[in-house]
Amino acid sequence: MSWWRPSDVGFAVRNRLVDIGAGARLFMRLAVLLGATLRRPALVRDQVHFLGNHSLVIIALSGLFVGFVLALQGYNVLQLYGSEASLGLVVTLSLVRELGPVVTALLFAGRAGTSLTAEIGLMRAGEQLSAMEMMAVDPVQRILAPRFWGGVIAMPVLAAVFSAVGVAGGWLVGVVMIGVDGGAFWGQMQSGVDVFKDVGNGVLKSIVFGVAVTFTAVLQGYVAKPTPEGVSRATTRTVVIASLAVLALDFILTALMFSL
Amino acid sequence: MERSKNDVWVGLFVILGLAALVFLALQSANLLNLNWQSGYRVSAKFDNIGGLKPKAAVRSAGVVVGRVRAINFDDATFQARVELEIDKRYLFPKDSSLKILTSGLLGDQYIGIEPGADEKNLTDGDSIAATQSAVVLENLIGQFLYGKAQEGGSPAAATAGKK
Repeated sequence: MSWWRPSDVGFAVRNRLVDIGAGARLFMRLAVLLGATLRRPALVRDQVHFLGNHSLVIIALSGLFVGFVLALQGYNVLQLYGSEASLGLVVTLSLVRELGPVVTALLFAGRAGTSLTAEIGLMRAGEQLSAMEMMAVDPVQRILAPRFWGGVIAMPVLAAVFSAVGVAGGWLVGVVMIGVDGGAFWGQMQSGVDVFKDVGNGVLKSIVFGVAVTFTAVLQGYVAKPTPEGVSRATTRTVVIASLAVLALDFILTALMFSL
Repeated sequence: MERSKNDVWVGLFVILGLAALVFLALQSANLLNLNWQSGYRVSAKFDNIGGLKPKAAVRSAGVVVGRVRAINFDDATFQARVELEIDKRYLFPKDSSLKILTSGLLGDQYIGIEPGADEKNLTDGDSIAATQSAVVLENLIGQFLYGKAQEGGSPAAATAGKK
């Protein structure tokens, strides 16, 4: 007997398709439930508080240090060519276009995505979701949708904070510590950064990443096996899938936005 | 609807995010100067613009007095048509000339205005006739080699002009 049969392949493909279909249907439901969710803003507000405010410190600190490092490394290379005046431009473009949205999304997946998955997974394991269904309360509308939309709101805000703090960190190291000319630092930045092409596309990226990370977290929690092991696996999967999705989406979005 | 202390924090959180965006837009991308329409437009034709890009600076005596708005190719004269927008605070004589210059050895290219002596000033829609193309390194090397070859002694080639 061979180690695989065509039926195994067929079964695997069908399983995969069912998973994708279930995910897509949940995504559509969450999108449609935006209106119903916004009619109870207190639920979303609590989720923005939990996902956004509590992530603020780690995001701001990471942004600060990423800005520091960018300025140090950028200065080392740029001064070889005598063009350290464009340090501000280099730091800002890398932050606003790429690092701001991407690193924020990765941190957000680790900080907020995991807690979403664990929370929803434990609700499933504790049969709270089933209890809600018994009471004719739709768990997707009551539990999943506010968390999803709360995350989608929090993520661009966090990415903007990350980029802004990063630029300030770059200024701190570049201008205050190393002594690059402050006028050139801001001047080159202002002549090279475009509001819509750079800042606007960065915001757009962070919104897409917010949808991807939060949806992955919510879905993994919702379909988690109702056992301690299942919840722990779902939490791990959230980080892995969300991070890979963010990096892959980033490549696609960059290719769409910044190609000529 | 009931209010809770979370309202305050979530409000501050969102305001912080908006403030960060405003900071990025104003401080790093200079949104206020983007809609700088208080200038007059003049156009000029160059044989070769080198690496000039839209939004490049227009400088006179080293001071930025305007920006390059658009660069097009004119297929009637086979020249580059450059539209400049000059801040209306600064007036230049009608016979001013334009040069494409480079800041530093590897820096950005910009347009330098050299004021002329005409009594009338440039106004919106004028075109500047006297232009000097960008220095293209390959042409420079070609001219140099050509000059070297001439020194070697073939005087007949002297009238042929540059390639």
